[in-house]
Amino acid sequence: MTLPHIPVLRRGQVYESLEKVEIKSVRTGESVVEISHANAGIIRRDMRRIGDARAALRKFSCAELVAIAKKAGEHFLHSTLPLGDQTQSPQDYIEQLSATSGLPHILIRRNMGKIYQVFTEMETILRGLTRGLDLTVIDRGSGEQQGVPVSYYAATEALGVVLPSNSPGVNSLWMPALVMKIPVVLKPGREEPWTPFRIIQSFIAAGCPADAFSFYPTDHEGSGAVMDTCGRALIFGDEATVQRYAGNPGVSVHGPGRSKVLIGNDEAENWPQYVDLIAQSIAENGGRSCVNASCVITPRHADALADALARRLAEIRPVPATDESAQLAGFANPKMAQFIDQAITQGLQTAGAEDITAEYRTDPRIQELDGSTYLLPTIVRCNNFSHPLANREFLFPYASVLEIPQDKMLEQIGPSLVVTGITHDPGFSDALVGSPNIDRLNLGPLPTTRVQWDQPHEGNLFEFLYRRRAIQRAGN
Amino acid sequence: MSSSNRLNLTPAQAQEALDAHVREIVQWHFSPETGSPFWLDWVKQAGWDPTTEIQGYADLVKFPHFQDEWLRDELNERWVPRAYVGRPYYVFETGGTTGMPKQRIGWEDQFRDYEEFSETLDDEHFPRGGNWLMLGPTGPRRLRLCIEHLAHVRGGVCYHVDLDPRWVKRLIADKEFAMANKYKDHAVEQGATLLKNRKISCLFTTPKLLEALDEKINVPDAGIKGVFCGGTQMTPQNVRFLVEEVLDNRAQFVPTYGNTLMGLACSRPLSPDDNWSITYYAPQPRAVLRVVDPDNTTETVGYGDWGRVELTTLTKEFFMPRFLERDEAVRREPWGPYGWDGVGEVRPFGAMQSTTIEGVY
Repeated sequence: MTLPHIPVLRRGQVYESLEKVEIKSVRTGESVVEISHANAGIIRRDMRRIGDARAALRKFSCAELVAIAKKAGEHFLHSTLPLGDQTQSPQDYIEQLSATSGLPHILIRRNMGKIYQVFTEMETILRGLTRGLDLTVIDRGSGEQQGVPVSYYAATEALGVVLPSNSPGVNSLWMPALVMKIPVVLKPGREEPWTPFRIIQSFIAAGCPADAFSFYPTDHEGSGAVMDTCGRALIFGDEATVQRYAGNPGVSVHGPGRSKVLIGNDEAENWPQYVDLIAQSIAENGGRSCVNASCVITPRHADALADALARRLAEIRPVPATDESAQLAGFANPKMAQFIDQAITQGLQTAGAEDITAEYRTDPRIQELDGSTYLLPTIVRCNNFSHPLANREFLFPYASVLEIPQDKMLEQIGPSLVVTGITHDPGFSDALVGSPNIDRLNLGPLPTTRVQWDQPHEGNLFEFLYRRRAIQRAGN
Repeated sequence: MSSSNRLNLTPAQAQEALDAHVREIVQWHFSPETGSPFWLDWVKQAGWDPTTEIQGYADLVKFPHFQDEWLRDELNERWVPRAYVGRPYYVFETGGTTGMPKQRIGWEDQFRDYEEFSETLDDEHFPRGGNWLMLGPTGPRRLRLCIEHLAHVRGGVCYHVDLDPRWVKRLIADKEFAMANKYKDHAVEQGATLLKNRKISCLFTTPKLLEALDEKINVPDAGIKGVFCGGTQMTPQNVRFLVEEVLDNRAQFVPTYGNTLMGLACSRPLSPDDNWSITYYAPQPRAVLRVVDPDNTTETVGYGDWGRVELTTLTKEFFMPRFLERDEAVRREPWGPYGWDGVGEVRPFGAMQSTTIEGVY
C-alpha cells in the first residue's frame, strides 16, 4: 500500500504541492504519511479571494449549519472519509494519529468523544457564546435580544488557526466558527494533521461547502501568512508567542495554561478527599492540555498532599499504545522529552524544591517503551511561588505543590487558564470570582479538565468573530 | 571565447576549451608583466609555480580555497592586473550587512556576462527595444548596472527602484518584521507605479519581490512579458507558484543564479516534466561551478548528489580559484548547449540544519 498523502486544501480544492514532508512513526521510525506543504505565497494569494468562501457559507442559515454539524459528528466518529487519494476509517485515524503523535489509542478515542460532542452540541455552544442570541440574528445581521434591538456583523472574512500537535481536543476551539458562517484557514501542527483534516472531511461529507475550508500544512513563513492575512486568528504557543501578539486585537493567543487547584482554609484539613480529583486534573489526557493542573496550592498540609499525589501518580507507567489502560502519551520528538527532563533536573538544583515522585520510583523520569519516549508523572514540592519550578507547565503530568496562606494565594498565582477553587467559604469564593487572573473558574471539587460546552474558553469566540453595532430604525 | 564559440560543444570539447582557458588565465595572473600585486605576492610564498604546474582545470585543486576575507581586507589596488594599471575601474560590493563589505573590482567583465546572457533570452518574451524595470538590490551592487546594460544591449531603457538589502537583512535579524514588510511594500509600490505609468515589458526582480508585486498589480496584465529573477533560493514549488499563478503562464520566467564574484549562470528552461526543478550552468569558461563533497572539497560529488558549491572565476580582470559559496546544490549533467556540469536546486548551505536570513535578496 502506498503512503497516504494529505494534500493542501485551497478553499476546499485539493492541491498537491511539490514540497512534501514525510512524517514518521514515533515508535518505528517508518514513514506514516506524506504531507503537501503550501508555500507562503499560495496562502497570501488565496486569501485575496477568501470572501468567496464566506459567501458560500452565508448561503446557509445558522440552523442549517447546526444540523450539518450534527451530521458531521456522526461522520467523524463512524465514517470512512477521504484522505487525499485514499480513505481513512475511524480505526485508521486512531492508528495514524497514535503513530505520529505518540498518543495512546484510548486517549485518542476520548478526544474523539470530545470532538463528537462539539459537533453535536453546537447549538448549546453557540447559546453559551452568544448568551442565548436567536441565531437568525446572525443570518439577518440584526434582530432583537431580550427586547433590545441588536445588530452583529462579522469582524473578519476568515478565522486563521495555527494549531499545535499536543492534543486533538484543541480543534474544538475553531469548529464553532463554521456554524457562525466564518470560513477557517488552518495550519496544522507538524505531527497532527490528522484531526483537522478529518474534521474538515466530516463537515464536507455532511453538506458544508468545501470552500469554507483552507488547510495549509506549511512552514514558519506560511504560518505568518495565515496570521497576517486573516482578520482574526488563533495561535497556540509559548510565552514568546504570547508576547509577540500581545496587544493585537486580531489575534487570540493560547499560551501556557498554568491551570491550578486552590484549596481554601475551610477545606485544607479535608485534603485526602481531593487527592483523586487533583490527580485527575494533573494527569487526564496525558497531562498534555492547557486545562491540566500544573500547580496545587493549599494553606496547610502541602507536604502530605504532595506525598499522596506523588504516590498516586507514580502508579502511572508507560504501557503499549494499544493498551486500554494507557494514561501517558509518548513524545513525538524525543528531544523534547529530554529537554523537559533536563529543565526539571536543573530547576531542582535551585534550593526550595524537591521531586517527591522520585521517592516512589526506582528508575529515571525519562523512559523508553516500544521505541517511544515517555516522562513519568512528577510532583515537585516548592517552598515558594518564585521558585523556577513553581509555576511551570510541561507537556506531561507535572505539578508543583505549594503552601501559601489563603489571603496571599490570589496575589501570587498570575494568569491561570483554569482554577478549581475547593472551598465553601463565601469570602474566598467571591475573591476567586473577582480575580482578573482566572479565565475559567470551577467553584467546588471539579477537575480543572472538566469542560462545559456552554462556557467560553480563553475568550469568547463569538465576540472575537463578530462585532455588535448600534442600530436604530426610523418608525413608520 | 565568444558565446557562440563556447556553447554547443561536446563535454570533451568543453573540457578542452576550459583547460586551455585555465592555462591562459593562470599565465596572465602569475606573470609579472600582466599579473596583480596580490597574486604575484602570493606566489612568492606559495612554494610552487602555477604557470608550470597548472595545465588544466583539474590542477586548480593545488590552490587553497579562495578566502573571501581577502576581498574585504586587501586594498582594491592590490587586485589590479598590471595590464590594467591606469584604467579606472568599477567597485562592486557583496554582503556587508554589518561592517566592511567585500569588494570586487571590474572593468568590462560584467558587460560581457550580460551581453552573453542576452543572447540566451527569447525575443518573444524579452522583446528587443522593450523597456525594463529593475526591482532589486541597487547601490554598490553589480546587478544594478548590469540590468541597465542588458536593457541597453537589447535596445531598451531601464527604470529603477532603490532597494538596500542590507537594511532588510538587519531588520529581519532584529526581528523587526513589520518594518521589513513596510520597506518591502515601499519598494514594491514604487515598482507598481512605474509599471502603471510607463511602457515596460521586461522585469528583473527577486522571487519574494515578484510575489509581493503580484499583491499590488497583475504582473502580466501590466505588460510584463518576461521576468528575469534571481537573488534568493527558489524551490521547485516556489517556481511553479510563480510561473503558474503569479505569471499565469503568460509571462516567461527565467531564473538565474549569480553574484558579484561569478557573473551569471543560465538555467535550463523550466518544465513541469522536471517538477520545476532549476538547473544552472555557469558562464564557462569564464567561471566554473563545481559541486564538492563538503567534508573533502577536492572531491566532486556524483551526478544527482548534493554537495557544496565551489566557484572558480577565470577572467583577465579577476582570478578567484576554488571559492566555497554559501550554497549547496545537486550536481547535474551537461545539457543542451552547455557541455559542462550544472548545479540544481541551489539552496543555502546547511539549509536543512539552520536558518539563514535571506530577506528579499
